[in-house]
Amino acid sequence: MEIAVAKEYRRNKIHPKKFALYVACASIVMMFAAFTSAYIVRQSAGNWLEFRMPTLFYVNTLVILLSSVTLHASYWGFKKGNPLLYKGLLVVTLLLGFAFLALQYEAWQSLVAIGIELTTNPSGSFVYVISGLHAAHILGGIGALIIALIHAFVLKYQVTEGRKLRFEMTLTYWHFVDLLWIYLLLFFTLQS
Amino acid sequence: MANIATQSQPEAIREDMLIEELGFDDHFHDHHHGDKYQSNFITTYIFSQDHKMIAKQFLITGMFWAVIGALMSLVFRLQLGFPEESLAWLKPVLGKWIEISADGTGVLSQDFYYALVTMHGTILVFFVLTAGLSGTFSNLLIPLQLGARDMASPLLNMMSYWFFFLAGAIMFASLFLSTGPFSGGWVAYPPLSALPQASQGSGAGMTLWTLSLVFFVVSVLLGGINYITTVLNMRTKGMSMWRMPLTIWAFFITAIIGLLSFPVLVSAFLLLMLDRGLGTSFFLSEIYIGGQALDHVGGSPILFQHLFWFLGHPEVYIIILPAMGIVSEVLSVHSRKPIFGYKAMVYSIMAIAFLSFIVWAHHMFMSGVNPFISNFFVIFTLIIAVPSAVKVFNWIATLYKGNIRFNASSLFAIGFVSMFISGGLTGIFLGNSALDIQLHDTYFVVAHFHIVMGVAAFFGMFAGIYNWFPKLYGRFMNDTLGKIHFWGTLVGAYAIFWPMHYLGMAGVPRRYYSFDAFQAFAHFDGMNQFITIGAIVTFAFQIIFIVNFFYSIWKGKEMTDRNPWKATTLEWTTPIERIHGNWPGKLPAVQRWAYDYGKDGKDFITQVEPIGPDEKEVH
Ligand code: HEM
Ligand SMILES: [Cu+2]
Repeated sequence: MEIAVAKEYRRNKIHPKKFALYVACASIVMMFAAFTSAYIVRQSAGNWLEFRMPTLFYVNTLVILLSSVTLHASYWGFKKGNPLLYKGLLVVTLLLGFAFLALQYEAWQSLVAIGIELTTNPSGSFVYVISGLHAAHILGGIGALIIALIHAFVLKYQVTEGRKLRFEMTLTYWHFVDLLWIYLLLFFTLQS
Repeated sequence: MANIATQSQPEAIREDMLIEELGFDDHFHDHHHGDKYQSNFITTYIFSQDHKMIAKQFLITGMFWAVIGALMSLVFRLQLGFPEESLAWLKPVLGKWIEISADGTGVLSQDFYYALVTMHGTILVFFVLTAGLSGTFSNLLIPLQLGARDMASPLLNMMSYWFFFLAGAIMFASLFLSTGPFSGGWVAYPPLSALPQASQGSGAGMTLWTLSLVFFVVSVLLGGINYITTVLNMRTKGMSMWRMPLTIWAFFITAIIGLLSFPVLVSAFLLLMLDRGLGTSFFLSEIYIGGQALDHVGGSPILFQHLFWFLGHPEVYIIILPAMGIVSEVLSVHSRKPIFGYKAMVYSIMAIAFLSFIVWAHHMFMSGVNPFISNFFVIFTLIIAVPSAVKVFNWIATLYKGNIRFNASSLFAIGFVSMFISGGLTGIFLGNSALDIQLHDTYFVVAHFHIVMGVAAFFGMFAGIYNWFPKLYGRFMNDTLGKIHFWGTLVGAYAIFWPMHYLGMAGVPRRYYSFDAFQAFAHFDGMNQFITIGAIVTFAFQIIFIVNFFYSIWKGKEMTDRNPWKATTLEWTTPIERIHGNWPGKLPAVQRWAYDYGKDGKDFITQVEPIGPDEKEVH
């Protein structure tokens, strides 16, 4: 007598926590999608002040891209048993993260300098709000990096499943906010 | 024939054997004997991380808000039905919001009337029908029906509830502000929401309203992330997506809609706050207020409407889809027949979910959007009727020739179908932009959405509560009281909302404090009184439910058979005691879909039963 029973079963092909992070990223994307579509709708209604995006935005893109590379290399060092690379590049990434925030602040200052303040015109307001909210998400990433850094320096070097997962999640989020910025900058550039 | 008790005994024993033999051993109880989640009063009842307790917390909190919201509606219905009567007797409760004139008659303050309408909408839509419905049943059923120990992240799950609680606490506090709670409507359109000086409730009331809803969104997102992750990653052995009960499909898709639409609301709120606090002009154009010109230039209030309804329309499906899932399950179980067109049900949920994102402007036909763009939205709006009709057809086909058990649960499920048909039909009228010129912002719209969303979702919720009460509390609710509750609510709900269609067709606008100034509407006075009396009577029937609910928690008939409804799904293979981790030993392995009722001459076959040698699996 042959009965068919469920046999093969692979549990957690992808770790639930990591998956939850992807889902969270999707909802962050929706938030920015809302802002950028509001931007388009508002722009087409007229009374829209045109101005050039600050050059620093472009410079900063290189900073954040570089930080993604360093973090990935640090992860690579972590996995391949190179603690020096792992710790060193983690520090570099964190510094680049702070640099990004500082440069964003400078970029906003340069906008103020050409007379675009928060309330001057919706075109400027949108740029402040969108890049500001993006900076807030970078800040969240910096929080995650600091925790990663504490782990790197306080805990004994060891590649465990748990630590790998945590690092991968930090990495995913950091790449995500990086890509998000590139999308936003492309959007700003193409719209103006 | 043996009696019921001994008949059910072997069943449970056989299931346990099957679980032991074929189930999946995750060694859960090896490292959970101390039961860290339920070690003391606080971790068991307050900061619980057990999905079943969190479900109860959502349910009870939702019920609390339902009572508050309903009482508010009674107050403003009194004003609408009996504007001449003195409301002085409400003074002890409402205080300064009842204004007493020289001859001692009391009238409801106009500002407070608007505040009541606004709070009623906000509370019912978000706190009761979103959190109370999704929160309760997603939490209860996702792990139980999928064969999981708990949610993917019990901690996030607990936080989801407490953010909801915080949102509620803030909203509750706003009721006691000296300027009153927010009063600009649940949709919070600017400028009433954007200018603190625009009305009494626009100041502190609006600030607290927004704060509350931001916390609420956090709660929805934390919950939603968890539901999606659990469904995709924590299903037990053998539980493929196509073997999931329709409840789970509905909760799953609902969570996805929530996760994609609520962030948009946050964006809108952020811009609104900047307009309020920092003087930007996203939504505010040139405005004179109190004879004074404001600095704002060039903003667009329509932009807010776009952002709001981009959430708002999916939100109504966030409310109705879980109810649809519950109804599908309940109808199948109690008519002892497989759900008709399982896959069609799933695909129509997906279609509704997708379409719900591209119809939002049907709320804005009359706000000056381009009529050509309106056409686009008319078409997509009308297309939603197709998957909706598929679902209705399938429910009726499920009932057809069924061996229906008429109990409170199945009656409410059938009532749901009735409500959904009545309300869905009026949606088709509203979806035509030309007809909407007459109907927009009238009582026709109020009738439409209360029947199709308000009452229908409540019916789904009641069907779910009566059905899964034994799973929540190990006891049954009284079925006779349940049936009285059903008939009272069904007749009452139609009595309240049916006449509103006539008011609306005649052009009676919604959200008006009084119609004294409109000679044309004078002959509706009687109808308005009828509606108000209907509302009071219907509320009285809800008291029966509440008494029944709380009485049954402690005194209801005890559950002796762990599968009282003879259902196929996994939650009924767990012990009556509702332990942490759900199953005492291994996790059950799933061998078949969830709807094997009346197959091969058997009344039902549970999901843990392997497909027999001469049996063909249903897909
Ligand atoms: C066949 C499907 C449906 C169609 C074609 C439809 C169409 C519409 C239209 C065109 C309006 C705007 C009326 C106006 O403001 O002038 C409307 C309002 C509304 N509908 Fe529906 N609807 C449908 C089903 C539903 C369902 C299933 C729900 C909820 C579960 C729902 C909830 C609402 C709500 C809450 C409003 C009013 C919101 C407000 O202005 O406060 N509708 N509907
Ligand atoms: Cu809609």
